[in-house]
Amino acid sequence: MSLDQLYQQIILDHSKQRHGSGLADTAAPAGSSTGQSHQLNPVCGDEVTLRLAVADGTVQQISWDGAGCSISMASASVLTDLGEGMSVAELHSVIDTFREVLRSRGKVHADPEILGDAAAFEGVARYAARVKCAMISWVAAEDALNQASA
Amino acid sequence: MTAVSTPASLQRSMNAMDNAEVLRIRNDFPVLHQQVNGQALVYLDSGATSQNPLSVIEAEQEFYEQRNAAVHRGAHHLAVEATEVFEDARQTVADFIGAGYEETVWTSNATEGLNLISYALSNATLWAAQGRGSSALKDLAVGPGDDIVVTEMEHHANLIPWQELAFRTGATLKYIPVTDHGALRLDAAAEIVGERTKVLAFTHASNVLGTINPVQELVAMARLVGALVVLDACQSVPHMPINVKDLGVDFAVFSGHKMLAPTGVGVLYGKQELLDALPPFLTGGSMITTVTMERAEYLPAPQRFEAGTQRISQAVALAAAVNYLTETGVDRIHAWEATLGQRLVKGLESIDGIRVVGPPSGTERIGLAAFDVDGVHAHDVGQFLDARGIAVRVGHHCAQPLHRRLGLTATTRASTYLYNTTDDVDAFLDAVSGVRAYFQA
Repeated sequence: MSLDQLYQQIILDHSKQRHGSGLADTAAPAGSSTGQSHQLNPVCGDEVTLRLAVADGTVQQISWDGAGCSISMASASVLTDLGEGMSVAELHSVIDTFREVLRSRGKVHADPEILGDAAAFEGVARYAARVKCAMISWVAAEDALNQASA
Repeated sequence: MTAVSTPASLQRSMNAMDNAEVLRIRNDFPVLHQQVNGQALVYLDSGATSQNPLSVIEAEQEFYEQRNAAVHRGAHHLAVEATEVFEDARQTVADFIGAGYEETVWTSNATEGLNLISYALSNATLWAAQGRGSSALKDLAVGPGDDIVVTEMEHHANLIPWQELAFRTGATLKYIPVTDHGALRLDAAAEIVGERTKVLAFTHASNVLGTINPVQELVAMARLVGALVVLDACQSVPHMPINVKDLGVDFAVFSGHKMLAPTGVGVLYGKQELLDALPPFLTGGSMITTVTMERAEYLPAPQRFEAGTQRISQAVALAAAVNYLTETGVDRIHAWEATLGQRLVKGLESIDGIRVVGPPSGTERIGLAAFDVDGVHAHDVGQFLDARGIAVRVGHHCAQPLHRRLGLTATTRASTYLYNTTDDVDAFLDAVSGVRAYFQA
């Protein structure tokens, strides 16, 4: 497994052009219910605070603030692109799939049909120390989603 | 810092270390001879944990093969032999740091040693309140109105136990700030250390900055006000000659695994009169004189602080590690690592977008360097280096407040030991010079 399989160009791009980054710059759409979750990885200090707005059973908006490695930042960015517009149930299902791939130590392949750009994180599964980096924003999204649809 | 000369009997070779000698030393370390990700391993993480020479591994194995038994109990042959090597090991380690035999307490690691001191002090507070213990114990009680002083560059292990001691006793925790170059602000220290100061706890050498703190100046400040001095010697004892008596500290702690020994063993040094006055931290077997159903009387140090079956094989292995360091010459190791440390810093300073934390090149530092890479997170730097077989530490290195002071959340740290060559440093520098391009920063 080479470093280039871990750091695919799509990950490097998203780590710099961070879609959804900037909580203060975005207001949740009127009439939506929101959930917000802060997640911290005490090992490396990576942090993500993610807010998710839901209306009519659909994810209207994802925005977040974060500090961390390229994997964690790109993962939050890709999640934003993927999750916005999905139904609550769809996003829950995609988060489950993403987690299954990441925790499989490389045994479960990512289906781009389901995971879109997030399939690029398949390589992370082979680096046990980095799985949490890729998961941090998705864990935050799951928590926020539960709050928003409670 | 006072240097201690190596005894004449151990002066094997007083010329400076060089790469040729390091290559011979490396032959004693099996773990270093392997490929990582298709590349020869370059191990630059000894600040976190060091590797073991064969003599240390064999000492532990030999103990289990020939002498394994519980110490300080049983009259049988193995028990006697085990006790003998265990206590010989204590003497070896005591001699290594200029401590008395009774002043050398085994712990699991430095963290446990610091917790032991802090809990013994709050136990002193409880005992004093109930009129238990000697008059010397009363002077050790900590309470409201007392200050505990640490520094901004401490490892969490030398910070949190003091936060908790302050919480338990009502004392106030204060800290000495650091300069932008990672030195302690002695002007501020002189203001902070005052009549109320009960404990002054600080690191001898910073695990992030590489700074070597002026122990004797700080001890002098503490002496003026009658404060106890606790020294975190984790990054100094393995790498430079230390004499605790010359340093004048009241307590010092260090870990075996950072000085060629296995994990699970560390040392607490304490002045005998203090150890004998302090109540124990952990209680149980092996540390008592008389026990009734109501109460117990305790042995003096060191047994007073060694409840339960001890880490015997690890202590024996630590003595073997001390012998290895002594035979090589700790002063020579110190000089070699100073060279490697300067080479690291100088090299890093010459790479675009790298910010080294701590003293700039040309200023004294131990053989490590932590740095920030502009536009690339430390985790990514570490991953990039690992792909080239280079092992470094990334993250906050258990020093979050220090990183916050530096305006960073994480850094990458390369730390050397006696088995690193200048080629290791150069391979590392060469790899670091490619990091920003790879991540398109």
